[in-house]
Parts: sequence; C-alpha cells; structure tokens
Amino acid sequence: MNQERAAWGFVAPALVALGLFFFLPVAAALVLSFTDFDIYAVADIGNLRFVGLDNYLHLLETPLFWKALGNTAWFVLLGVPLSIMMSLAAALLLDNKLARFKGFFRTVYFAPVVTTLVAVAVIWRYLLHTKYGLINWALGAIGIAPIDWLGDPHWSMPAIVLFAVWKNFGYNMIIILAGLQTIPEELHEAARIDGASAFQRLRHVTLPGLAPVLLVVSILTMAGYFQLFAEPYVMTQGGPVESTVSILYFMYEQGFRWWNLGFASAIAFVLFLIMFALTLVQLKVSERWTQ
Amino acid sequence: MKLFGVLTAALAAILLGSCSNAPATTVLNVWAMGREGEVIGDLVPEFERENPGVTVRVQQLPFTAAHEKLLTAFVGNAMPDMAQLGNSWVPEFATLGALEPLDRRVTATPAIPRADYYPGIWDSNIVDGKLYGVPWYVDTRLLFYRRDILKRAGFDHPPRDWAEWRRQMVAIKKLVGPDKYAAYFPLNEYEPLEILGLQASEPMVTDDARGNFRSAGFRKSLDFYLGTMRDGLAPMAATTQVANVWDEFDRGWFTFYVTGPWQIGEFKRRLPPGHQSEWMTAPMPGPDGPGVSNAGGSSLVLFKSSTRKDAAWKLIEFLSRPDIQIRFHALTGDLPPRISVWKTPELANDPYAKAFGEQMTRLRPTPKVPEWERIATELKLVFEKAAHGELTTDQTVAELNKRADEILAKRRWILARKKQVGAPAEVRS
Repeated sequence: MNQERAAWGFVAPALVALGLFFFLPVAAALVLSFTDFDIYAVADIGNLRFVGLDNYLHLLETPLFWKALGNTAWFVLLGVPLSIMMSLAAALLLDNKLARFKGFFRTVYFAPVVTTLVAVAVIWRYLLHTKYGLINWALGAIGIAPIDWLGDPHWSMPAIVLFAVWKNFGYNMIIILAGLQTIPEELHEAARIDGASAFQRLRHVTLPGLAPVLLVVSILTMAGYFQLFAEPYVMTQGGPVESTVSILYFMYEQGFRWWNLGFASAIAFVLFLIMFALTLVQLKVSERWTQ
Repeated sequence: MKLFGVLTAALAAILLGSCSNAPATTVLNVWAMGREGEVIGDLVPEFERENPGVTVRVQQLPFTAAHEKLLTAFVGNAMPDMAQLGNSWVPEFATLGALEPLDRRVTATPAIPRADYYPGIWDSNIVDGKLYGVPWYVDTRLLFYRRDILKRAGFDHPPRDWAEWRRQMVAIKKLVGPDKYAAYFPLNEYEPLEILGLQASEPMVTDDARGNFRSAGFRKSLDFYLGTMRDGLAPMAATTQVANVWDEFDRGWFTFYVTGPWQIGEFKRRLPPGHQSEWMTAPMPGPDGPGVSNAGGSSLVLFKSSTRKDAAWKLIEFLSRPDIQIRFHALTGDLPPRISVWKTPELANDPYAKAFGEQMTRLRPTPKVPEWERIATELKLVFEKAAHGELTTDQTVAELNKRADEILAKRRWILARKKQVGAPAEVRS
C-alpha cells in the first residue's frame, strides 16, 4: 500500500505535466474544432457558436485542403524513402571497417540536425538561387540549364525535399548506426565464408538484422515529414501557386493568419487521423515483413 | 516541421518587446513594418530631441508576418502603444476593439487638419463612422505604360476611359504581333481586378454582408478584364512565369502594367538609361472617364490597451508633419497623404509622381469588412478559372457571390444579432 502510494508520488509530476500541457490542450482543441472560433469570437466570446461537424464537412469541400494534402503526400513519398536511403548509406559507410576518421564524419553528418532550421533555410535559399546559386552553377557545369528551384511550381517541392533530407538524414543515421552495431560480426563472417557477395550480405544479413530499427525509423520519419511546416514557411511562404502549401502550413494560415481557430483545430485532428491510420498500416505491413 | 519552435520564438519576441518600461522616462513601444520600419528609426531621434523624457523603441516586423504578430499580440495582451497598420487591416482591428478611436484627438490637434488629407485615403480609416487611424503613406496602383509603343500604335496620350484603353490595346496588339501583348495582368494578383471592381458604382460587398458581384457594374468590370485575356490582348501568365518583369517591359512584351509607386524606383534603376524616356505613368482609366483606384497604404494607429496614448499621439503628430513627410518620401519613395506636401517641389516636379498626384484625388477604399482579404483571394482564384475558360461570366459572378457569402456568413449572423439586441457588439472589455 505504502509502496503503491510512493509509486504514484513518483509518477505524479510527469502525469501532472502531461495532463496540463498535453491532454488538456488536446481536449481543448477537440472542443474548439466543433466551434466557429474566429476573430469575432476573439473580440467577444459571445460570438462563439457550436457548429458540430460543420468545420470537418467544410474542410472536405475546400479545394486548398486537398491540394495541401496532395503536396504533403508528395513531400512524404519523395522525402521519406530518400531520407532513409541517405541515412542508411551514410551509416553503412561509417560502419565500414575501412572507414577512417569515423568520429569526424559522424559529427559532420549529424551537424545539420542540430543547426537552426531558419538560419540554414536562408543559406539554402542562396544555394538554390536561380542565377547565383551554387546548385545551379554545379548543374551548369555538367550542362544542365538553370532551374528556378523556388519559383517554378514543379521544382519547389523537390527543392524543399532536398533541403529537408539534408537537414534530417543525420538523425536517422545515428539510430541505424546503432542498429548496425548490434548485428553480430559472426553472421557477416559466416556469409563471407559461404561466398556471399557484398550485395548479398547486405540483402540477407544486414537488412533483416536492421528490420526493427528501419521500422521505427520509417514511422518516426513519416510522422515528422507529415508535419512539414517551417521549410515552406521560411523558404516559399507556400508558393509558387500554392505548390508548397502543406497541411500544417494550411492549418497555420487558417489559424494564425485568418484566426479561424475552430477550423484550424479541425485540420489538426484530420491530420492526426491520417497519420494514425498510416502508422497502423505501416505496423501491419512490417508485421508481415518480419515474420 | 517545427511549428511550435517558430511560435515560441514569436511569443518570446513579443514578450521581450513588452517588458521594457523604464520608470523615469516614458518608453513608447512602436511597431513598424518592412522598409518603413527601418526608416522610422532615422526620424525618431529628432522626435526624442523635441520631446525630452520620451524614448521610442521601434520594433521592425517583416510585412509577411506582421498580421499574425499583431493578432497574437492582441490575444496575448502584449500590444505596443502605437503601430503602422496596413489600412486594409483597420476594419479588422477595429472590429476586434483593439484600436483607439481618434476623432476627438484629431479635432483637438490643429497640426493634423483633416482638410489637408486626400478624402479617399482618410476615408479608408473610418469604420462605422469612427476614425481609427491617421494616414501615413498611400499605396495605390495605376498604369505604367510604354510611350514609344503607344505612339507607334497611333496614340499620343494614355487612355482616359475603358473604351479608349480597349481601342489602344487592340491597336497595340495588331502592331506588336502574336508573340507580344498589349497589357500584362498577373494571374496570381487580385489587385487589378479589385481596382476595376472598385470602379463600378455598386459596392462589391453590401451593407448586410453579402457578395454583390452580380451587380451590373462589376459584371462590366469583369467583362472588360476577361476580354483582355480572351482576345489575347494580355497573356494568361502569373508572376512566377515571368522571370524578370522589367526586362520584359523593356523588350516590349507588354505595354500596360498596373502597379504601385514602389515600382517607380525599380523602373528607374532596372531599365537601361537610354530607355528612360520611353516609359511613363498615368492615372487609372475608368468605365466612363478617369477612374478611381484602391486607397491602399499604411496608417498610424493607437491601441486601446496603451497607457501612454498622449505620448504616442505626439509621435503620430510628429510623423504627420509636412517637413517630416517630405523627408520620409525622400527616404522611401512612399507617397504622402497630405495635399500640401504634394505642392512642394520634390513631388510637384517629379514627372513619374504626377499621375499618382492626380490619382490621389480619386481613391476608394476596399470594402470595410475584416474578411475582405480572403474574399479578394477568392476573386483571384475564381478569375483564374474564368480566364482559362472554365466559367462563363454568369457562372463567375455566381461563384464569386457564393464564396463571398460563405466567408461572410458569420458577419451576417453578428449583424442580425446586433439588430436584435439593438446595441453595437464590437466592444471588448
């Protein structure tokens, strides 16, 4: 009994913090999503009305929502595999016994993760500049005509993907690196003695050993990439032609630009449902994959 | 990806801005935006010399983030004492009850004579009969055009009304051939159509908060505007598809361009020196004779929450002084709102400013509802569809009305309630 009370005492601070700063705001946002909270309600709370599911129904009829959903899906589809492949490649390189200065390279690859996003976004805007950017200059050297990265609606999202992948791959790299180090050396050795090529060893020893790690990494990365916001906010403001409006950016505009907080809360919950569903699918798929 | 990081940073900036009250001197917190936010810092030292005991702390906001910051500050009760406010935002902040009405102060201040302000721009600060801002500078749009091409097409003066404008555009199109155009109205800007809509005699939003795009006047505006694209007089291109608008103007890709005073400096700088005599500005042509344009720009406002309103009002008085306005114009190129300032040689002798001076007498504010910017955005989106031939004129105006009515639904509900109660409901304790 006494022990139980002590246990409650220990978890109480965490529970209070979680309740106060997580569950309460989430519940408040859910309530808000059933109201038409807007600037009129800010002026006078008497102007608040409960509208039931209207926000959700209206959201489904809003073309920009579907466009934002498409943009976000495009970003996730392009960005997540690319990001994980980059992380995996960097981790394999660093894990290789022939690699030297491992500590140095680990730091270099991880550095983008700890830099301030807004600051590096500004630098990337220079890199991506149509006329004076380093990237177009390099492409020009191999004969590719300059690309209007942030001005052309077809290239704006790939440019953002490029930036996001560069910014984030180091984080997953560290997790995958830890995973690689748990694969017993004997397995590699046995495979080598059996005459397996480097690719076969990767396919049949390394990847199966990494499967649980890759699953976690892919879930976390997908969840993170679905919340695309700061990159378009800093680099493109959602343009050109709304080609970089992500769901979160759309929510931000509704919430903090037009101050339609009720509608914005509804967007947040729809995003939550989408991510929840996708994570379930991922878990199901990986169950089959690991068995 | 880190929305909350950005929000916290914004919040921190607001908090930092507000906790800085020294006891001995009055510290005024002033928010200003963009280039004006930089320049106001050059003018403030003189004000501080003239008013010992008052220190001005200017915080610069980027224009793109200013609206969010002001709203967040209002909700967080962290407003500055005075700010530069885009005058299309005045109705919104007046609705919120964030702004101090200024009628009494203006009456008591001979240095801000209402009669010396162009009426259109002054009117843009009046919401429900009360004045909420003093105009600081005017941002209106009018015609920039190529004199030489117009002359070659057989005209020695810019258009005065739509019919003449249309004739000139047809003649120019014939002259320049299939690859070039007579005018350029970017598809991703709502301003040109907004101005043509303002020129109609009927308002675009009715007093009972409904879209009024079915009116005969707006229909005429839409037909005129749509006609330029349907008949190939103007290209269907967004600004993102035109790499360098000054180069294209210089190459004669288009002759007419509707834009604002900030472009005067750009045109002077970016067009080759030898071509400077080829471009000129002209007032907006209207449906029958010279037309109105939008009364845009920024105003100086006081916030209700301020405890230093008298000192802040002194700063507004200072910034409104004709000699300071001339200096401000020299620093920014912004157009002053006072009639007497326009008579000084700096402005009276500037050939490019002349058309703006004339346009000043014909300004009309955009509909004074907080939702206008959202409606104008829909105006752009629906028009884009019409330009691509997806909607007829009838369908376009119907769609515009539908979208505007949807955006204004809440406002109608509030107006109806106000009528029932019989008292204004905009007050916030």
